[in-house]
Amino acid sequence: MDLGYWLPLFFAGAMGLALLIYVILDGYDLGIGMLLPFADDDQKDVMVAAIGPFWDANETWIVLGVGILLIAFPQAHGIVLTSLYLPVTIMLMGLILRGVSFDFRVKAGDKHKAKWNALFAVGSLVASVCQGWMLGAFVTGLTGDATSTLFAVLIALALPALYIMLGAAWLLIKTDGELFNKAVRWGQLAVLPMGGFLLLISIATPMVSDTIADKWFTLPNAIGLMPIPIATALAYAGLIWIFNNRQILHNGYGWLAFVMLIVMCVLASIGLAYSLFPDIVLGRLSIWDAASATESLLFTFWGAVITLPMILGYTIYIYRVFRGKATNLSYE
Amino acid sequence: MEFDPFLLARVQFAANISFHILFPTITIGLCWVLFYFRLRYTFSGDKAWEYAYYFWVKIFALSFALGVVSGITMSFQFGTNWPGFMERAGNIAGPLLGYEVLTAFFLEASFLGIMLFGKDRVSNRTHLIATALVAAGTTFSAFWILSLNSWMQTPAGYRIEEGVFFVESWWAAIFNPSFPYRFAHMLNASLLTASFLIMGISAWRAMRGVDGPATWKVMRTGALMAAVLAPLQVWIGDLHGLNTLKHQPAKIAAIEGIWETEKGAALTLFGFPDEEAKTTHMAIKVPGLASLVLTHEWDGELLGLNEFEDEHPPVAPVFWAFRVMVGIGMLMVLVGWWAAWRLFRNRDENRDTQVWLLRALSVMTFSGWVAVLAGWYVTEIGRQPWVVDGLLRTSEVVADHSSATLAGTLFGYILLYAFLLVSYIAALRYLATKPARSLSLTPQQRAMDAERAEGDA
Repeated sequence: MDLGYWLPLFFAGAMGLALLIYVILDGYDLGIGMLLPFADDDQKDVMVAAIGPFWDANETWIVLGVGILLIAFPQAHGIVLTSLYLPVTIMLMGLILRGVSFDFRVKAGDKHKAKWNALFAVGSLVASVCQGWMLGAFVTGLTGDATSTLFAVLIALALPALYIMLGAAWLLIKTDGELFNKAVRWGQLAVLPMGGFLLLISIATPMVSDTIADKWFTLPNAIGLMPIPIATALAYAGLIWIFNNRQILHNGYGWLAFVMLIVMCVLASIGLAYSLFPDIVLGRLSIWDAASATESLLFTFWGAVITLPMILGYTIYIYRVFRGKATNLSYE
Repeated sequence: MEFDPFLLARVQFAANISFHILFPTITIGLCWVLFYFRLRYTFSGDKAWEYAYYFWVKIFALSFALGVVSGITMSFQFGTNWPGFMERAGNIAGPLLGYEVLTAFFLEASFLGIMLFGKDRVSNRTHLIATALVAAGTTFSAFWILSLNSWMQTPAGYRIEEGVFFVESWWAAIFNPSFPYRFAHMLNASLLTASFLIMGISAWRAMRGVDGPATWKVMRTGALMAAVLAPLQVWIGDLHGLNTLKHQPAKIAAIEGIWETEKGAALTLFGFPDEEAKTTHMAIKVPGLASLVLTHEWDGELLGLNEFEDEHPPVAPVFWAFRVMVGIGMLMVLVGWWAAWRLFRNRDENRDTQVWLLRALSVMTFSGWVAVLAGWYVTEIGRQPWVVDGLLRTSEVVADHSSATLAGTLFGYILLYAFLLVSYIAALRYLATKPARSLSLTPQQRAMDAERAEGDA
């Protein structure tokens, strides 16, 4: 077996998976952060409690994603992160503010709580917008011209909308009463903008990149790809239906909304992976050109094969320990 | 005025890593202390240890959060500021960082949730194990990152082809010559930092009469740790110094301010190194002592800076940082012994008779931070001009950003970090004024307490 071929492929897959898990898991954290200003003070505590035991591990998935970029594709790591220097730096500041606010809002004294709540929301918003900007710039091959900038702006608006949907759906699982009703309302308000952005992105993507347009619209690939937009549209319709169906929501099936969003995220990342593959920097560098030495990849491969199942195992365990409504969890 | 982008990139990285290291330094040591509190509570059933645990776990969580967010910044800055490092040395540095993420980051981040919120949801034993796993996670993290840092100081187990590093032996690369010393030195530094932090804040609480028996128990734990670990650190530091002399003599020459190779070199206690004049002004020297300390012979030969033209670090910062580190280390030995003697003799828990000790401990609260920063400046500035000692220059791997971009983001970072540091210390002060009993209660119990207090009044 040719390890020089398979190992970069394995790590490209692992990186994609880590970033997908990040988007879903920290997505709901950041979404709830952005929704925080719209809740009253007691509800804010419950919202933070709904993500408290999970956020730290959720955020670690982006470290793994960027870590794999650095470990497996050092050539690309330099190009990607130097080109994205500004959005990365601003995103980091957002993540810093969001992350420390968890603790400061309850530990710095009651008179400072409002300030830290506000910084929590601002940090979440800034990080989300910058992640969209980074994703947009990355998909267009880091060229930085006018069209790709416009495209990056579009994704910078779309990603926070997705995160807000994930946050609202997570609250359906973790809360009840007044806050649950608010979460339903937030979801109903955000679902159309999110769908609009999704449609715009789907139209714009082949327009900004000829490489991607070729991959999408040549036969027979175009036919093989059809299930992706169709399934996405169905999941999206399901999402709207769930958020507007009182019976489903109030009989404890609110988690279905989160499942629909996961389905949409998975489909979008399959589409993205297909569009980029085999390049790691679109049109410039393939995963094999950018890969580290095979012996280095192999050493990390064994570590990943042993530890990743363990990580998944105890992640599931943590979610089981903290299952149920988040009403009486104190963050202090 | 135009700043050199290379210098700005270095200052920015230094600002981030200096801010970052403050928090892991606390959490690596403090988590083992928490595990000890947790064990004592489990086996003795003494409520005081439970209060101690729930008070300190809050400070741990806050410090951990600051460590995590600034650590994420580091993982990105390898790429944004030093892309050349990963392009050239990524085959070795990458896997070491990867193992840190896989074996440490997820472990500590996941079980921290149980440590903080799981008390009523898991068994006592599971909670104990979760605490141990978080402590193990912080230590694994230190293992991998110090292995990488040590490899940059004393590279081993590699070959170079067309400027790119490839691994020859993972064992030799991971357990490179300076790694055991640096790892032991840093772990012990972390435990010492934690011991002075817990003594300092407990002393502050005791002086204000905030708390009961838990405070003095914690203080005694810290005193015992400091009395044993501070002298141990002197010994480990000496071994580390001998290892540095063998592998990085230019760093030692800068530390000691030895300008010309000589036998029986004097130890400069104090002075003002002047690189242009190649001399140390107003030096106070002890004849022969540097040779004795470093070679264990009165007339041992020490290489001077003259042997490393253009390949030695800037002298003054290394020289000064070393003296700050050693000075605080010696102070820690003295205060540690004093505290142990005063606190264990008769178990005197009276804030009036112990007032001088309490004041001293309170002043020393963050002494570990200063010593650790100074120590890292010695070893990191002391590695310059190399990023991988003797093989790859720092100037070869820097990213090509404009000074304006770097200066702008640097300003942003410094502003943010200053704000966070002030907030962190203010939050610690605020937490220190809260009695421990209220900390181990659920919000409902606390509300009941408050009602009862109103009823009494």
